[in-house]
Amino acid sequence: MTGIKKIRLKSSGAGSRRSNLLLLLLWLGPILFLSLFFFYPLVSILRTSFARAEGGVLSPFIEVLGSASHRSVLWFTIWQALLSTLLTLIVGLPGAYLLARFKFRGRSLLQALTGIPFVMPTLVVAAAFNALLGPHGWLNLGLMELFGLAAPPIRITNTLTAILLAHIFYNTTIVLRMVGDFWSHLDPRLSGASQVLGANRWRTLWHITLPMLMPAIITAALLVFIFDFTSFGVILILGGPGFATLEVEIFYQAISLFNLPVAAALSVLQLTCNLALTMAYSRLASRLSRPLEVRPRTYTQRRLTGSTTRWMAAIIIAVLLVLLIAPLAALATRSVTRLQPERGQQEAASRGLTFDFYRQLGVNPQQSLFYVKPTTAIGISLTYAAATVVLALLLGLPASWALARDRQALVSRLLDPLLMLPLGTSAVTLGLGFVVALGELPIDLRASPLLIPIAHTLVAFPFVVRSLTPALRSIRPRLRQAAAMLGASPRRTVRHIDLPLVGRAVLVAATFAFSISLGEFGATAVISRPEYPTVPVMIYRFLSQPGAMNYGQALALSTILMLVCGGGMLAIERFRIADVGEF
Amino acid sequence: MKRFFPLTLAVALLATGCALLEPPGPRVLTVMTHDSFSASDEVIAAFEAQYDAEIQFLKSGDTGTAVNRAILAGDNPLADVFYGVDNTFLSRALEEDIFEPYASPLLDEIPDAFKLDPENRALPVDYGDVCLNYDVAYFETHGLQPPQSLEDLLDDAYRGLLAVENPATSSPGLAFLFTTIGHFGEDRYLDFWAALVENDVLVVNDWETTYYAEFTRYGGTRPIIVSYGSSPPFEVVFAENPIDEPPTAAVIADDTCFRQIEFVGILKGTRNRRLAEAWVDFMLSTTFQEDLPLQMYVFPVNPQAQLDPIFTDYLAIPDHPAFVSPAAIAENRESWIEAWTETVLR
Repeated sequence: MTGIKKIRLKSSGAGSRRSNLLLLLLWLGPILFLSLFFFYPLVSILRTSFARAEGGVLSPFIEVLGSASHRSVLWFTIWQALLSTLLTLIVGLPGAYLLARFKFRGRSLLQALTGIPFVMPTLVVAAAFNALLGPHGWLNLGLMELFGLAAPPIRITNTLTAILLAHIFYNTTIVLRMVGDFWSHLDPRLSGASQVLGANRWRTLWHITLPMLMPAIITAALLVFIFDFTSFGVILILGGPGFATLEVEIFYQAISLFNLPVAAALSVLQLTCNLALTMAYSRLASRLSRPLEVRPRTYTQRRLTGSTTRWMAAIIIAVLLVLLIAPLAALATRSVTRLQPERGQQEAASRGLTFDFYRQLGVNPQQSLFYVKPTTAIGISLTYAAATVVLALLLGLPASWALARDRQALVSRLLDPLLMLPLGTSAVTLGLGFVVALGELPIDLRASPLLIPIAHTLVAFPFVVRSLTPALRSIRPRLRQAAAMLGASPRRTVRHIDLPLVGRAVLVAATFAFSISLGEFGATAVISRPEYPTVPVMIYRFLSQPGAMNYGQALALSTILMLVCGGGMLAIERFRIADVGEF
Repeated sequence: MKRFFPLTLAVALLATGCALLEPPGPRVLTVMTHDSFSASDEVIAAFEAQYDAEIQFLKSGDTGTAVNRAILAGDNPLADVFYGVDNTFLSRALEEDIFEPYASPLLDEIPDAFKLDPENRALPVDYGDVCLNYDVAYFETHGLQPPQSLEDLLDDAYRGLLAVENPATSSPGLAFLFTTIGHFGEDRYLDFWAALVENDVLVVNDWETTYYAEFTRYGGTRPIIVSYGSSPPFEVVFAENPIDEPPTAAVIADDTCFRQIEFVGILKGTRNRRLAEAWVDFMLSTTFQEDLPLQMYVFPVNPQAQLDPIFTDYLAIPDHPAFVSPAAIAENRESWIEAWTETVLR
């Protein structure tokens, strides 16, 4: 120990200068990217918007803060996000424990299935919820049958419950992945030792396991909160006209009313909330995270043995199945069920299995210019997703490395909270910013298909950084120093110490980037080229027209999207980074 | 597996690279429009062949988003032509001065009722009506007569049967609000809405949920909804099994519908003015006008255009839709929506 200290002291002058330079180099790519595609468009649209304010820059802020309805929108945005995040953690943490600590058949499948909700278009999810919980949904029909009721007992249309359920449905996978992955590398001997020393399960959980997990838990909570805080589709479609978040209000002000100054003031308010939260998070995270003894999964996971363990596993899986998988199953079932009884027939008689909706996807009955085959749309979606994964990792790896190496450095402390901003920014506002700003560059990117993976990367990048940083921080500096002392070059240290330890986290990051792109997060911000539609774009095209065949084809494409997403996640799962084995 | 990834990357980069390095070929005309735009392959190909041009379409969100983007692009327009601004957004586009005037010779063929801009910056292309739709089977099995006027909706017989869209978030919702303002006038429309609330109207934020979740036809609880006059023929064309009778119908009695007229305009700053003029003429010609109905379920403003039999059989077009002028809409949009919100949602 003393030897290491001496070496560090001796080399501190020249070494720190070199490491500062290295830090700056690592930051260069991410900073350039964010400046060009995030800060520049954002600042441009805010300037354009405030320039339209008649009473100066301050007047829209005074208008927003002075209006009781805007204050209540802000308040609702905050508390529904807090409540949703809390519920998502309650549902997700037991699941994370199960996926982290146990190996059982179907484990990977369960993980992939629970990730699918994340990519589903909101309109389709609303249809799924309706199929389950709507007035003629399975649950209501079952209860009416069971208790002989005349009217459906459960009403969730346009309620807060619908919003909360949908937020849990969408975001539980964040907790499962982030916390579960971190948990699976914690040394189980610590909690074992605590129990040997006489602490009961709950004490061990409270005093040993939770503190160690905290960095991962607060990271997941932050990401879930930001998603819920900026929630748009869920609030609009499942919450109905009684509820509005800041994002919904920004849409109404900017698009319906073209009141850009007020929309900009609301965007700044939204951004400020997210920035404050992220700064608090950064401080907390650096206080909580500590180097841990990281263990390979083969070492930490055990089989499900004993009846208590099995019961617990069954309950956890059942909860996940009901909340996350059942709506998906309902959708898939509807996509192969006849929707309409033929006229004059009893409803029950004509309900039956059909593959017409799938078959019809291959046909272009109106000879429309914009028709593409479903396989083409899948190919386009996957191409964008692959580009997003690559771009997000290329930017995210150096940034997280820099953050983990020296989180006390000024540049790291400044940039850490800024990295999260794209996630917490109004997509409506940023989209208008693209139009204002990106026409001035040497290449006009405003309507380029390139902008789509770029927009996806803006959302994926914070996820990548947040997935990687805890893993990178958990590497004991001693391990690196030991390697260096034993004569390993920095490159070898990275390859043999850092990379294996980080390998799993890279896969988690890649999975998120993939899902974010496949689900088209932030894509509404981009002008689309109709000749390159993705699967979600096709789904919306069908849903925007009346007719049973259109509706059925939207359901069929949604089911295909589920399969593509699940398959993609299983494929990523099978990657091995640098042949280091299951880590 | 390991090799798959670099390959995908290469393909992705190649694809994006190709998009950047498009070689100079035929002249490209860019047409900015909303997400619902569609046309037949062969109709567009015919124009491209005639003018040795290539049409690049840009879909820019719903109508409001597309108009706002066109405005914000300013002096550096995203496209040469903008199609799809309707009478509810027309004043905004004209006030922001994004169009160059063009007096197309084909305007002579088009009835004056559609020409809302005397300076011909925005030229009418098509129209569609937002009307009440009802589930025919529901009314048959319950032995009910469908409503024939807005006042009918307040009848006890229709209690709890109607779903409408929120005018703040939905374009048909806004159109229906204008219907009530056109019919009852500014001083009485709120009384009507208060009475509708008493009669248990359901408000939904978007058309998709209204149609596919709340409408009895798709398993919901409301047999009357606000949709388009063209929805019933849609139901025939996109039926699950071939049918010869639409399962839904539109109410087209006087003053129960609102007409949305869509316009095209040449964007200020275009470098393809002559080709843009040719395209505008083409949109008003019978070739394009006859293609409109089956592609977008809107109807030609050019009376020379023939309708497909599916529309002559199943389409009902209201003779006297309610009217509110674009100027009044631009002036009062916000205060009307706010007053409505106050009355209906609070």
